[in-house]
Amino acid sequence: MSTGAILLASALKILFIVLVVVGAFAPLLVWVDRRQSAMIQDRVGPHRAGFTLPKDVVKGFDALRLPLLGGSLFAGLLIAVSFAGLFVMGFAGFEDLGGATAKDLYRFALAMLVFGLLLRAGYAVHSNIVEAGGKITLFGVLHPAADAMKMIWKEDFVPARADKLLHALAPVITLIPALVSFAVIPFADVLYLDYWDQVLPVAAEGAAEAVALVGDAVPMQVASLNVGILFIFAVAGTGVIGAAIGGYASDNKFSLMGGMRAASQMVSYEVALGLTIVPCFMMYDSLRLEDMALWQAQNAWGIFLPPLTLAFLLYFTAATAETKRVPFDLPEGESELVGGYLTEYSGLKFGIFFTGEYVEMVAFSALAAVLFFGGWDVPWLYANGFDLPGTWAFTVPLTDWVVSDKIAVTHWVVIALQVGSTLFKIIAFLFLQMMIRWSLPRFRYDQIMSLCWKGLLPIALVNILLTGILILLFD
Amino acid sequence: MFETYLPVFLMLGVATLVATLMFTLTSLLGPKKPTPEKMIPYEAGSNTTGARHLRLSVKFYLTAILFVVFDIEAVFLYPWASLFRELGWFGFLEMLLFLTILGVTLVYAWKKGALEWEK
Repeated sequence: MSTGAILLASALKILFIVLVVVGAFAPLLVWVDRRQSAMIQDRVGPHRAGFTLPKDVVKGFDALRLPLLGGSLFAGLLIAVSFAGLFVMGFAGFEDLGGATAKDLYRFALAMLVFGLLLRAGYAVHSNIVEAGGKITLFGVLHPAADAMKMIWKEDFVPARADKLLHALAPVITLIPALVSFAVIPFADVLYLDYWDQVLPVAAEGAAEAVALVGDAVPMQVASLNVGILFIFAVAGTGVIGAAIGGYASDNKFSLMGGMRAASQMVSYEVALGLTIVPCFMMYDSLRLEDMALWQAQNAWGIFLPPLTLAFLLYFTAATAETKRVPFDLPEGESELVGGYLTEYSGLKFGIFFTGEYVEMVAFSALAAVLFFGGWDVPWLYANGFDLPGTWAFTVPLTDWVVSDKIAVTHWVVIALQVGSTLFKIIAFLFLQMMIRWSLPRFRYDQIMSLCWKGLLPIALVNILLTGILILLFD
Repeated sequence: MFETYLPVFLMLGVATLVATLMFTLTSLLGPKKPTPEKMIPYEAGSNTTGARHLRLSVKFYLTAILFVVFDIEAVFLYPWASLFRELGWFGFLEMLLFLTILGVTLVYAWKKGALEWEK
Protein backbone atom coordinates (compact mmCIF):
# COMPACT_ATOMS: atom_id res chain seq x y z
CA MET A 1 0.00 0.00 0.00
CA SER A 2 1.15 3.54 -0.59
CA THR A 3 2.07 5.78 2.32
CA GLY A 4 -1.03 7.87 1.72
CA ALA A 5 -3.31 4.83 1.89
CA ILE A 6 -1.60 3.67 5.09
CA LEU A 7 -2.07 7.11 6.63
CA LEU A 8 -5.74 7.20 5.64
CA ALA A 9 -6.39 3.69 7.00
CA SER A 10 -4.55 4.50 10.25
CA ALA A 11 -6.45 7.76 10.65
CA LEU A 12 -9.76 5.89 10.33
CA LYS A 13 -8.67 3.27 12.85
CA ILE A 14 -7.45 5.91 15.31
CA LEU A 15 -10.73 7.77 14.94
CA PHE A 16 -12.61 4.56 15.74
CA ILE A 17 -10.48 3.93 18.84
CA VAL A 18 -10.77 7.50 20.15
CA LEU A 19 -14.52 7.57 19.55
CA VAL A 20 -15.11 4.20 21.19
CA VAL A 21 -12.71 4.59 24.10
CA VAL A 22 -12.85 8.29 24.99
CA GLY A 23 -16.27 8.97 23.50
CA ALA A 24 -18.19 5.93 24.69
CA PHE A 25 -16.34 3.71 27.18
CA ALA A 26 -15.01 6.44 29.49
CA PRO A 27 -18.37 8.27 30.00
CA LEU A 28 -20.26 4.99 30.30
CA LEU A 29 -17.80 3.77 32.92
CA VAL A 30 -18.30 6.98 34.90
CA TRP A 31 -22.02 6.36 34.67
CA VAL A 32 -21.78 2.69 35.74
CA ASP A 33 -19.48 3.65 38.62
CA ARG A 34 -21.88 6.23 39.98
CA ARG A 35 -25.00 4.20 39.25
CA GLN A 36 -23.69 1.20 41.18
CA SER A 37 -22.67 3.33 44.16
CA ALA A 38 -26.14 4.88 44.14
CA MET A 39 -27.76 1.43 44.08
CA ILE A 40 -25.64 0.26 47.03
CA GLN A 41 -26.45 3.37 49.06
CA ASP A 42 -30.10 3.37 47.99
CA ARG A 43 -29.92 6.78 46.28
CA VAL A 44 -31.38 7.93 42.97
CA GLY A 45 -27.90 8.33 41.50
CA PRO A 46 -26.99 9.97 38.19
CA HIS A 47 -30.55 10.33 36.99
CA ARG A 48 -31.37 14.02 36.91
CA ALA A 49 -29.49 15.18 33.82
CA GLY A 50 -31.80 15.29 30.83
CA PHE A 51 -33.68 17.54 28.49
CA THR A 52 -37.42 18.22 28.54
CA LEU A 53 -39.55 18.11 25.42
CA PRO A 54 -42.20 20.82 24.84
CA LYS A 55 -45.76 20.04 26.03
CA ASP A 56 -47.16 19.78 22.49
CA VAL A 57 -44.57 17.26 21.41
CA VAL A 58 -45.36 15.13 24.48
CA LYS A 59 -49.03 15.29 23.54
CA GLY A 60 -48.14 14.12 20.06
CA PHE A 61 -46.18 11.21 21.53
CA ASP A 62 -49.14 10.38 23.75
CA ALA A 63 -51.53 10.36 20.76
CA LEU A 64 -49.15 8.09 18.83
CA ARG A 65 -49.01 5.41 21.54
CA LEU A 66 -52.29 3.70 20.68
CA PRO A 67 -51.65 3.41 16.91
CA LEU A 68 -48.16 2.01 17.64
CA LEU A 69 -49.50 -0.66 19.97
CA GLY A 70 -52.31 -1.46 17.53
CA GLY A 71 -49.83 -1.71 14.69
CA SER A 72 -47.63 -4.15 16.55
CA LEU A 73 -50.63 -6.29 17.52
CA PHE A 74 -51.78 -6.25 13.90
CA ALA A 75 -48.30 -7.37 12.76
CA GLY A 76 -48.53 -10.25 15.25
CA LEU A 77 -51.93 -11.16 13.81
CA LEU A 78 -50.47 -11.18 10.29
CA ILE A 79 -47.68 -13.53 11.43
CA ALA A 80 -50.33 -15.89 12.86
CA VAL A 81 -52.27 -15.68 9.58
CA SER A 82 -49.22 -16.47 7.46
CA PHE A 83 -48.38 -19.49 9.62
CA ALA A 84 -52.01 -20.63 9.37
CA GLY A 85 -51.58 -20.35 5.59
CA LEU A 86 -48.43 -22.46 5.78
CA PHE A 87 -50.27 -25.13 7.76
CA VAL A 88 -53.08 -25.18 5.21
CA MET A 89 -50.53 -25.56 2.40
CA GLY A 90 -48.72 -28.33 4.26
CA PHE A 91 -51.80 -30.39 5.06
CA ALA A 92 -53.71 -29.82 1.84
CA GLY A 93 -50.60 -30.07 -0.35
CA PHE A 94 -51.13 -26.77 -2.24
CA GLU A 95 -48.16 -25.37 -4.14
CA ASP A 96 -49.23 -21.80 -3.47
CA LEU A 97 -52.00 -19.92 -1.78
CA GLY A 98 -53.57 -17.28 -3.99
CA GLY A 99 -50.26 -16.68 -5.78
CA ALA A 100 -48.11 -16.62 -2.61
CA THR A 101 -45.60 -19.48 -2.31
CA ALA A 102 -44.36 -20.89 1.00
CA LYS A 103 -41.14 -18.86 0.66
CA ASP A 104 -43.15 -15.67 0.26
CA LEU A 105 -45.10 -16.46 3.42
CA TYR A 106 -41.91 -17.10 5.39
CA ARG A 107 -40.39 -13.84 4.19
CA PHE A 108 -43.60 -11.97 4.96
CA ALA A 109 -43.76 -13.45 8.48
CA LEU A 110 -40.13 -12.51 9.16
CA ALA A 111 -40.67 -8.94 7.89
CA MET A 112 -43.78 -8.63 10.05
CA LEU A 113 -41.85 -9.93 13.07
CA VAL A 114 -39.17 -7.22 12.69
CA PHE A 115 -41.78 -4.57 11.93
CA GLY A 116 -43.97 -5.57 14.88
CA LEU A 117 -41.06 -5.63 17.32
CA LEU A 118 -39.96 -2.17 16.16
CA LEU A 119 -43.49 -0.81 16.69
CA ARG A 120 -43.68 -2.43 20.13
CA ALA A 121 -40.29 -0.92 21.09
CA GLY A 122 -41.54 2.46 19.83
CA TYR A 123 -44.61 2.09 22.02
CA ALA A 124 -42.41 1.37 25.06
CA VAL A 125 -40.18 4.39 24.37
CA HIS A 126 -43.17 6.72 23.83
CA SER A 127 -44.81 5.46 27.04
CA ASN A 128 -41.65 6.09 29.03
CA ILE A 129 -41.35 9.63 27.67
CA VAL A 130 -44.99 10.44 28.38
CA GLU A 131 -44.85 8.97 31.88
CA ALA A 132 -41.73 11.02 32.71
CA GLY A 133 -43.59 14.18 31.60
CA GLY A 134 -41.44 14.62 28.48
CA LYS A 135 -38.08 14.49 30.28
CA ILE A 136 -35.53 12.36 28.47
CA THR A 137 -32.81 11.00 30.76
CA LEU A 138 -31.71 7.84 28.91
CA PHE A 139 -31.22 5.95 32.23
CA GLY A 140 -28.89 8.75 33.38
CA VAL A 141 -26.37 8.20 30.57
CA LEU A 142 -26.57 11.94 29.84
CA HIS A 143 -25.14 12.62 33.29
CA PRO A 144 -21.46 12.03 32.37
CA ALA A 145 -21.93 14.38 29.40
CA ALA A 146 -23.38 17.02 31.71
CA ASP A 147 -20.48 16.40 34.10
CA ALA A 148 -17.93 17.00 31.36
CA MET A 149 -19.72 20.22 30.31
CA LYS A 150 -19.72 21.39 33.91
CA MET A 151 -16.03 20.63 34.31
CA ILE A 152 -15.11 22.81 31.32
CA TRP A 153 -16.60 25.88 33.00
CA LYS A 154 -15.32 25.13 36.51
CA GLU A 155 -12.61 27.33 37.95
CA ASP A 156 -9.21 26.49 36.51
CA PHE A 157 -7.22 26.42 39.73
CA VAL A 158 -3.42 26.44 40.01
CA PRO A 159 -1.93 26.57 43.52
CA ALA A 160 0.05 29.75 44.24
CA ARG A 161 3.39 28.10 44.91
CA ALA A 162 2.96 25.20 42.52
CA ASP A 163 5.43 24.35 39.79
CA LYS A 164 3.25 25.78 37.03
CA LEU A 165 4.73 23.83 34.13
CA LEU A 166 4.76 20.42 35.81
CA HIS A 167 1.32 21.03 37.30
CA ALA A 168 -0.01 21.61 33.79
CA LEU A 169 1.91 18.74 32.21
CA ALA A 170 0.88 16.03 34.69
CA PRO A 171 -2.70 15.39 33.49
CA VAL A 172 -1.65 15.51 29.84
CA ILE A 173 1.14 12.99 30.48
CA THR A 174 -1.37 10.67 32.16
CA LEU A 175 -3.86 10.59 29.29
CA ILE A 176 -1.47 10.32 26.31
CA PRO A 177 0.21 6.96 27.12
CA ALA A 178 -3.12 5.39 28.07
CA LEU A 179 -4.48 6.25 24.62
CA VAL A 180 -1.33 5.44 22.65
CA SER A 181 -1.14 1.91 24.08
CA PHE A 182 -4.22 1.08 21.98
CA ALA A 183 -2.05 1.37 18.85
CA VAL A 184 -1.07 -2.31 18.88
CA ILE A 185 -4.34 -3.88 20.10
CA PRO A 186 -5.80 -5.99 17.25
CA PHE A 187 -9.56 -5.57 16.94
CA ALA A 188 -10.07 -8.18 14.20
CA ASP A 189 -8.29 -10.44 11.73
CA VAL A 190 -6.64 -8.97 8.63
CA LEU A 191 -9.09 -7.39 6.18
CA TYR A 192 -8.46 -8.27 2.52
CA LEU A 193 -9.79 -5.27 0.64
CA ASP A 194 -10.35 -7.10 -2.68
CA TYR A 195 -12.57 -9.72 -1.03
CA TRP A 196 -14.60 -7.49 1.27
CA ASP A 197 -17.98 -8.34 -0.28
CA GLN A 198 -17.38 -12.05 -0.89
CA VAL A 199 -16.84 -15.15 1.18
CA LEU A 200 -13.09 -15.45 1.71
CA PRO A 201 -11.67 -18.41 -0.29
CA VAL A 202 -10.06 -20.97 2.04
CA ALA A 203 -8.12 -24.11 1.17
CA ALA A 204 -10.24 -27.26 1.18
CA GLU A 205 -9.72 -29.69 4.02
CA GLY A 206 -6.55 -31.72 3.51
CA ALA A 207 -5.21 -29.42 0.80
CA ALA A 208 -1.43 -29.03 0.89
CA GLU A 209 -1.24 -25.30 0.20
CA ALA A 210 -3.27 -22.38 1.44
CA VAL A 211 -5.15 -20.26 -1.08
CA ALA A 212 -3.02 -17.28 -2.08
CA LEU A 213 -4.96 -14.08 -1.37
CA VAL A 214 -4.15 -11.13 -3.57
CA GLY A 215 -4.57 -7.40 -3.11
CA ASP A 216 -4.16 -5.07 -0.15
CA ALA A 217 -4.39 -6.53 3.34
CA VAL A 218 -5.34 -4.09 6.09
CA PRO A 219 -4.45 -5.19 9.63
CA MET A 220 -7.24 -4.32 12.07
CA GLN A 221 -4.87 -2.58 14.46
CA VAL A 222 -3.26 0.83 14.14
CA ALA A 223 0.32 -0.43 13.95
CA SER A 224 1.55 -3.98 13.50
CA LEU A 225 4.80 -3.86 15.48
CA ASN A 226 7.17 -6.78 15.96
CA VAL A 227 7.73 -5.67 19.56
CA GLY A 228 3.95 -5.42 20.20
CA ILE A 229 3.69 -6.13 23.89
CA LEU A 230 6.96 -4.34 24.75
CA PHE A 231 5.53 -1.23 23.12
CA ILE A 232 2.49 -1.36 25.41
CA PHE A 233 4.65 -1.68 28.52
CA ALA A 234 7.08 1.00 27.38
CA VAL A 235 4.24 3.44 26.75
CA ALA A 236 2.03 2.51 29.69
CA GLY A 237 5.06 2.79 31.97
CA THR A 238 5.26 6.51 31.26
CA GLY A 239 1.84 6.94 32.86
CA VAL A 240 3.50 6.75 36.25
CA ILE A 241 5.30 10.03 35.57
CA GLY A 242 1.98 11.87 35.33
CA ALA A 243 0.83 10.81 38.77
CA ALA A 244 4.25 11.38 40.33
CA ILE A 245 4.87 14.89 39.03
CA GLY A 246 1.22 15.81 39.59
CA GLY A 247 1.73 15.05 43.26
CA TYR A 248 5.13 16.72 43.37
CA ALA A 249 4.14 19.94 41.60
CA SER A 250 0.97 20.63 43.60
CA ASP A 251 2.75 22.05 46.66
CA ASN A 252 0.57 20.09 49.06
CA LYS A 253 1.82 17.38 51.35
CA PHE A 254 -1.17 15.14 50.72
CA SER A 255 -0.63 15.46 46.99
CA LEU A 256 3.02 14.61 47.45
CA MET A 257 2.22 11.56 49.54
CA GLY A 258 -0.40 10.44 47.02
CA GLY A 259 2.02 10.96 44.15
CA MET A 260 4.77 8.97 45.88
CA ARG A 261 2.37 6.19 46.74
CA ALA A 262 1.12 6.11 43.16
CA ALA A 263 4.64 6.02 41.75
CA SER A 264 5.80 3.31 44.12
CA GLN A 265 2.73 1.17 43.63
CA MET A 266 2.69 1.54 39.87
CA VAL A 267 6.34 0.67 39.32
CA SER A 268 6.05 -2.33 41.65
CA TYR A 269 3.02 -3.70 39.88
CA GLU A 270 4.54 -2.96 36.49
CA VAL A 271 7.25 -5.50 37.31
CA ALA A 272 4.66 -8.04 38.45
CA LEU A 273 2.51 -7.31 35.39
CA GLY A 274 5.45 -7.76 33.05
CA LEU A 275 6.38 -11.12 34.60
CA THR A 276 2.88 -12.59 34.89
CA ILE A 277 2.35 -12.54 31.13
CA VAL A 278 5.69 -14.11 30.13
CA PRO A 279 4.02 -17.60 30.03
CA CYS A 280 1.77 -16.24 27.26
CA PHE A 281 4.72 -15.46 24.99
CA MET A 282 6.19 -18.89 25.67
CA MET A 283 2.89 -20.48 24.68
CA TYR A 284 2.17 -18.29 21.64
CA ASP A 285 5.78 -18.04 20.41
CA SER A 286 5.51 -14.35 19.63
CA LEU A 287 5.51 -10.83 21.00
CA ARG A 288 3.08 -9.63 18.32
CA LEU A 289 -0.44 -9.26 19.67
CA GLU A 290 -2.04 -10.23 16.33
CA ASP A 291 -0.02 -13.47 16.29
CA MET A 292 -1.21 -14.25 19.82
CA ALA A 293 -4.86 -13.76 18.85
CA LEU A 294 -4.35 -15.89 15.73
CA TRP A 295 -2.65 -18.68 17.72
CA GLN A 296 -5.56 -18.75 20.13
CA ALA A 297 -8.09 -18.76 17.28
CA GLN A 298 -6.34 -21.76 15.72
CA ASN A 299 -5.58 -23.69 18.91
CA ALA A 300 -7.28 -22.81 22.19
CA TRP A 301 -7.95 -19.69 24.21
CA GLY A 302 -5.17 -19.01 26.70
CA ILE A 303 -7.47 -19.13 29.70
CA PHE A 304 -8.13 -22.84 29.03
CA LEU A 305 -4.43 -23.79 29.20
CA PRO A 306 -3.66 -24.44 32.89
CA PRO A 307 -0.47 -22.38 33.40
CA LEU A 308 -2.10 -19.43 31.65
CA THR A 309 -5.19 -19.68 33.86
CA LEU A 310 -2.95 -18.92 36.82
CA ALA A 311 -1.20 -16.24 34.76
CA PHE A 312 -4.56 -14.64 34.06
CA LEU A 313 -5.47 -14.45 37.76
CA LEU A 314 -2.10 -12.84 38.52
CA TYR A 315 -2.42 -10.51 35.53
CA PHE A 316 -5.89 -9.38 36.51
CA THR A 317 -4.80 -8.59 40.07
CA ALA A 318 -1.72 -6.74 38.88
CA ALA A 319 -3.67 -4.83 36.23
CA THR A 320 -6.25 -3.69 38.78
CA ALA A 321 -3.44 -2.43 40.99
CA GLU A 322 -1.61 -0.83 38.07
CA THR A 323 -4.71 1.20 37.18
CA LYS A 324 -5.02 2.20 40.86
CA ARG A 325 -8.57 0.87 41.10
CA VAL A 326 -10.27 -0.24 44.30
CA PRO A 327 -9.10 -2.20 46.34
CA PHE A 328 -5.72 -0.74 45.35
CA ASP A 329 -6.67 2.96 45.25
CA LEU A 330 -4.37 4.02 48.08
CA PRO A 331 -2.81 6.89 46.07
CA GLU A 332 -6.12 8.73 46.20
CA GLY A 333 -7.34 7.26 49.48
CA GLU A 334 -9.72 10.06 50.40
CA SER A 335 -10.02 9.04 54.06
CA GLU A 336 -6.31 9.74 54.68
CA LEU A 337 -5.00 11.84 51.80
CA VAL A 338 -7.96 14.11 50.86
CA GLY A 339 -7.69 13.25 47.17
CA GLY A 340 -4.09 12.14 46.86
CA TYR A 341 -2.29 13.63 43.89
CA LEU A 342 -5.64 14.89 42.55
CA THR A 343 -6.20 17.22 45.53
CA GLU A 344 -5.05 20.44 43.85
CA TYR A 345 -6.63 19.77 40.46
CA SER A 346 -9.96 21.18 39.37
CA GLY A 347 -12.13 21.46 36.31
CA LEU A 348 -11.29 19.49 33.21
CA LYS A 349 -7.67 19.06 34.39
CA PHE A 350 -9.09 16.75 37.01
CA GLY A 351 -11.29 15.39 34.24
CA ILE A 352 -8.24 14.50 32.14
CA PHE A 353 -6.78 12.49 35.05
CA PHE A 354 -10.14 10.83 35.44
CA THR A 355 -10.46 10.02 31.73
CA GLY A 356 -6.88 8.77 31.71
CA GLU A 357 -7.65 6.34 34.52
CA TYR A 358 -10.68 4.94 32.72
CA VAL A 359 -8.88 4.74 29.37
CA GLU A 360 -6.09 2.83 31.11
CA MET A 361 -8.69 0.44 32.49
CA VAL A 362 -10.06 -0.15 28.99
CA ALA A 363 -6.52 -0.67 27.67
CA PHE A 364 -5.67 -3.32 30.25
CA SER A 365 -9.04 -5.01 29.66
CA ALA A 366 -8.31 -5.09 25.93
CA LEU A 367 -4.89 -6.57 26.64
CA ALA A 368 -6.48 -9.23 28.87
CA ALA A 369 -8.91 -10.09 26.07
CA VAL A 370 -6.07 -10.47 23.56
CA LEU A 371 -3.69 -12.37 25.85
CA PHE A 372 -6.10 -14.80 27.49
CA PHE A 373 -9.50 -14.74 25.77
CA GLY A 374 -8.65 -15.15 22.12
CA GLY A 375 -8.75 -11.46 21.17
CA TRP A 376 -11.08 -11.17 18.18
CA ASP A 377 -11.87 -14.89 18.06
CA VAL A 378 -15.57 -15.78 17.91
CA PRO A 379 -16.25 -19.41 18.82
CA TRP A 380 -16.91 -21.52 15.67
CA LEU A 381 -16.41 -18.55 13.34
CA TYR A 382 -13.71 -19.07 10.68
CA ALA A 383 -12.47 -16.81 7.92
CA ASN A 384 -15.15 -18.14 5.56
CA GLY A 385 -18.07 -18.48 7.97
CA PHE A 386 -19.47 -20.45 10.87
CA ASP A 387 -18.72 -24.13 11.36
CA LEU A 388 -20.96 -25.09 14.25
CA PRO A 389 -20.24 -28.26 16.25
CA GLY A 390 -21.52 -31.53 14.81
CA THR A 391 -22.64 -32.34 11.30
CA TRP A 392 -26.28 -31.69 10.73
CA ALA A 393 -28.63 -30.18 8.20
CA PHE A 394 -32.36 -29.76 7.92
CA THR A 395 -34.67 -28.37 5.31
CA VAL A 396 -37.21 -25.69 6.17
CA PRO A 397 -40.66 -27.35 5.60
CA LEU A 398 -42.31 -26.63 2.22
CA THR A 399 -39.17 -24.92 0.79
CA ASP A 400 -35.77 -25.93 -0.54
CA TRP A 401 -33.92 -23.79 2.05
CA VAL A 402 -31.32 -25.85 3.92
CA VAL A 403 -29.93 -24.89 7.33
CA SER A 404 -26.73 -26.77 8.21
CA ASP A 405 -23.77 -26.61 10.63
CA LYS A 406 -21.76 -24.67 8.00
CA ILE A 407 -22.97 -21.15 7.31
CA ALA A 408 -21.00 -19.09 4.78
CA VAL A 409 -20.44 -15.51 5.93
CA THR A 410 -19.21 -12.60 3.80
CA HIS A 411 -15.71 -11.33 4.63
CA TRP A 412 -16.73 -7.90 5.94
CA VAL A 413 -19.41 -9.43 8.16
CA VAL A 414 -16.79 -11.79 9.61
CA ILE A 415 -14.53 -8.82 10.39
CA ALA A 416 -17.45 -6.89 11.90
CA LEU A 417 -18.36 -9.88 14.08
CA GLN A 418 -14.74 -10.11 15.24
CA VAL A 419 -14.63 -6.42 16.16
CA GLY A 420 -17.89 -6.93 18.05
CA SER A 421 -16.38 -9.92 19.84
CA THR A 422 -13.34 -7.89 20.96
CA LEU A 423 -15.54 -5.08 22.24
CA PHE A 424 -17.79 -7.57 24.02
CA LYS A 425 -14.81 -9.13 25.82
CA ILE A 426 -13.53 -5.68 26.83
CA ILE A 427 -16.96 -4.78 28.20
CA ALA A 428 -17.12 -8.05 30.14
CA PHE A 429 -13.78 -7.25 31.84
CA LEU A 430 -14.82 -3.69 32.59
CA PHE A 431 -18.01 -5.00 34.16
CA LEU A 432 -15.98 -7.38 36.32
CA GLN A 433 -13.71 -4.53 37.45
CA MET A 434 -16.74 -2.39 38.27
CA MET A 435 -18.23 -5.17 40.37
CA ILE A 436 -14.94 -5.46 42.26
CA ARG A 437 -14.90 -1.68 42.72
CA TRP A 438 -17.96 -1.72 44.96
CA SER A 439 -17.42 -5.14 46.54
CA LEU A 440 -14.02 -5.03 48.19
CA PRO A 441 -12.67 -2.74 50.94
CA ARG A 442 -9.35 -0.95 50.51
CA PHE A 443 -6.02 -2.59 51.44
CA ARG A 444 -3.38 -1.05 53.68
CA TYR A 445 -0.33 0.26 51.84
CA ASP A 446 2.08 -2.29 53.31
CA GLN A 447 -0.35 -5.05 52.33
CA ILE A 448 -0.37 -3.81 48.74
CA MET A 449 3.40 -3.75 48.53
CA SER A 450 3.87 -7.15 50.11
CA LEU A 451 1.16 -8.63 47.87
CA CYS A 452 3.24 -7.50 44.91
CA TRP A 453 6.80 -8.32 46.01
CA LYS A 454 6.11 -11.33 48.23
CA GLY A 455 3.03 -12.70 46.48
CA LEU A 456 2.61 -12.01 42.77
CA LEU A 457 6.29 -11.75 41.88
CA PRO A 458 7.51 -15.14 43.26
CA ILE A 459 4.38 -16.90 41.98
CA ALA A 460 4.89 -15.36 38.55
CA LEU A 461 8.52 -16.52 38.45
CA VAL A 462 7.53 -20.06 39.45
CA ASN A 463 4.73 -19.99 36.88
CA ILE A 464 7.23 -19.15 34.14
CA LEU A 465 9.34 -22.20 35.02
CA LEU A 466 6.23 -24.37 35.34
CA THR A 467 5.01 -23.29 31.90
CA GLY A 468 8.45 -24.04 30.47
CA ILE A 469 8.47 -27.57 31.88
CA LEU A 470 4.90 -28.25 30.72
CA ILE A 471 5.59 -27.02 27.18
CA LEU A 472 8.83 -29.00 26.88
CA LEU A 473 7.25 -32.20 28.23
CA PHE A 474 3.93 -32.17 26.38
CA ASP A 475 4.57 -30.27 23.18
CA MET B 1 10.62 0.57 9.24
CA PHE B 2 9.42 4.14 8.94
CA GLU B 3 6.08 3.07 7.50
CA THR B 4 5.57 0.57 10.33
CA TYR B 5 5.94 3.27 12.94
CA LEU B 6 4.18 6.04 11.01
CA PRO B 7 0.73 5.09 12.42
CA VAL B 8 2.21 5.07 15.94
CA PHE B 9 3.35 8.66 15.52
CA LEU B 10 -0.07 9.55 14.14
CA MET B 11 -1.67 7.93 17.20
CA LEU B 12 0.71 9.88 19.45
CA GLY B 13 -0.29 13.07 17.66
CA VAL B 14 -4.00 12.40 18.02
CA ALA B 15 -3.62 11.49 21.72
CA THR B 16 -1.65 14.69 22.35
CA LEU B 17 -4.31 16.64 20.47
CA VAL B 18 -7.15 15.15 22.56
CA ALA B 19 -5.33 15.83 25.84
CA THR B 20 -4.26 19.38 24.96
CA LEU B 21 -7.72 20.18 23.59
CA MET B 22 -9.31 19.21 26.90
CA PHE B 23 -6.63 21.15 28.75
CA THR B 24 -6.98 24.28 26.63
CA LEU B 25 -10.79 24.22 26.88
CA THR B 26 -10.75 24.34 30.65
CA SER B 27 -7.98 26.93 30.93
CA LEU B 28 -9.66 29.22 28.38
CA LEU B 29 -13.27 28.89 29.53
CA GLY B 30 -12.82 28.26 33.25
CA PRO B 31 -13.05 31.39 35.45
CA LYS B 32 -10.08 32.42 37.58
CA LYS B 33 -10.96 34.11 40.88
CA PRO B 34 -8.07 33.53 43.28
CA THR B 35 -8.54 34.56 46.90
CA PRO B 36 -5.85 34.30 49.62
CA GLU B 37 -7.84 31.57 51.39
CA LYS B 38 -8.25 29.60 48.21
CA MET B 39 -4.56 29.71 47.41
CA ILE B 40 -3.34 28.00 50.59
CA PRO B 41 -2.68 24.27 50.18
CA TYR B 42 -5.92 22.40 50.70
CA GLU B 43 -6.07 20.46 53.94
CA ALA B 44 -9.76 20.07 54.67
CA GLY B 45 -10.06 23.74 55.62
CA SER B 46 -7.51 23.96 58.43
CA ASN B 47 -4.24 25.86 58.22
CA THR B 48 -1.15 24.03 57.07
CA THR B 49 1.18 22.89 59.76
CA GLY B 50 4.77 21.98 59.16
CA ALA B 51 6.73 21.91 55.93
CA ARG B 52 4.90 21.33 52.70
CA HIS B 53 7.50 19.01 51.34
CA LEU B 54 7.78 16.10 53.71
CA ARG B 55 10.74 13.91 54.28
CA LEU B 56 9.62 10.73 52.62
CA SER B 57 10.33 7.21 53.79
CA VAL B 58 13.46 5.62 52.33
CA LYS B 59 11.25 2.68 51.32
CA PHE B 60 10.12 4.57 48.24
CA TYR B 61 13.74 4.84 47.12
CA LEU B 62 14.36 1.15 47.76
CA THR B 63 11.26 0.25 45.75
CA ALA B 64 12.58 2.30 42.85
CA ILE B 65 15.92 0.43 42.95
CA LEU B 66 14.17 -2.93 43.09
CA PHE B 67 11.98 -1.85 40.20
CA VAL B 68 15.00 -1.13 38.02
CA VAL B 69 16.54 -4.53 38.84
CA PHE B 70 13.43 -6.58 38.24
CA ASP B 71 12.07 -4.66 35.28
CA ILE B 72 15.31 -5.21 33.38
CA GLU B 73 14.96 -8.87 34.24
CA ALA B 74 11.47 -8.90 32.77
CA VAL B 75 12.75 -7.31 29.58
CA PHE B 76 15.47 -9.99 29.34
CA LEU B 77 12.80 -12.67 29.67
CA TYR B 78 10.69 -11.40 26.75
CA PRO B 79 12.93 -12.36 23.81
CA TRP B 80 13.75 -15.67 25.48
CA ALA B 81 10.06 -16.44 25.97
CA SER B 82 9.15 -15.71 22.36
CA LEU B 83 11.86 -18.14 21.17
CA PHE B 84 11.21 -20.70 23.89
CA ARG B 85 10.17 -23.67 21.71
CA GLU B 86 13.17 -23.16 19.42
CA LEU B 87 15.69 -23.10 22.28
CA GLY B 88 14.28 -26.21 23.98
CA TRP B 89 15.79 -27.69 27.16
CA PHE B 90 19.08 -25.83 26.72
CA GLY B 91 17.35 -22.45 26.78
CA PHE B 92 15.24 -23.58 29.70
CA LEU B 93 18.25 -24.54 31.82
CA GLU B 94 20.03 -21.29 30.97
CA MET B 95 17.01 -19.31 32.05
CA LEU B 96 16.65 -21.47 35.15
CA LEU B 97 20.15 -20.35 36.13
CA PHE B 98 19.27 -16.70 35.46
CA LEU B 99 16.01 -16.92 37.40
CA THR B 100 17.74 -18.68 40.31
CA ILE B 101 20.20 -15.80 40.64
CA LEU B 102 17.29 -13.37 40.62
CA GLY B 103 15.37 -15.52 43.07
CA VAL B 104 18.36 -15.30 45.40
CA THR B 105 18.34 -11.52 44.92
CA LEU B 106 14.69 -11.38 45.88
CA VAL B 107 15.24 -13.60 48.94
CA TYR B 108 18.20 -11.42 49.96
CA ALA B 109 16.16 -8.22 49.66
CA TRP B 110 13.34 -9.92 51.55
CA LYS B 111 15.58 -11.10 54.42
CA LYS B 112 17.29 -7.69 54.62
CA GLY B 113 13.86 -6.17 55.19
CA ALA B 114 13.73 -4.13 51.99
CA LEU B 115 10.19 -5.40 51.37
CA GLU B 116 8.88 -4.59 54.86
CA TRP B 117 6.71 -1.48 55.05
CA GLU B 118 5.51 -1.80 58.64
CA LYS B 119 8.73 -0.64 60.33
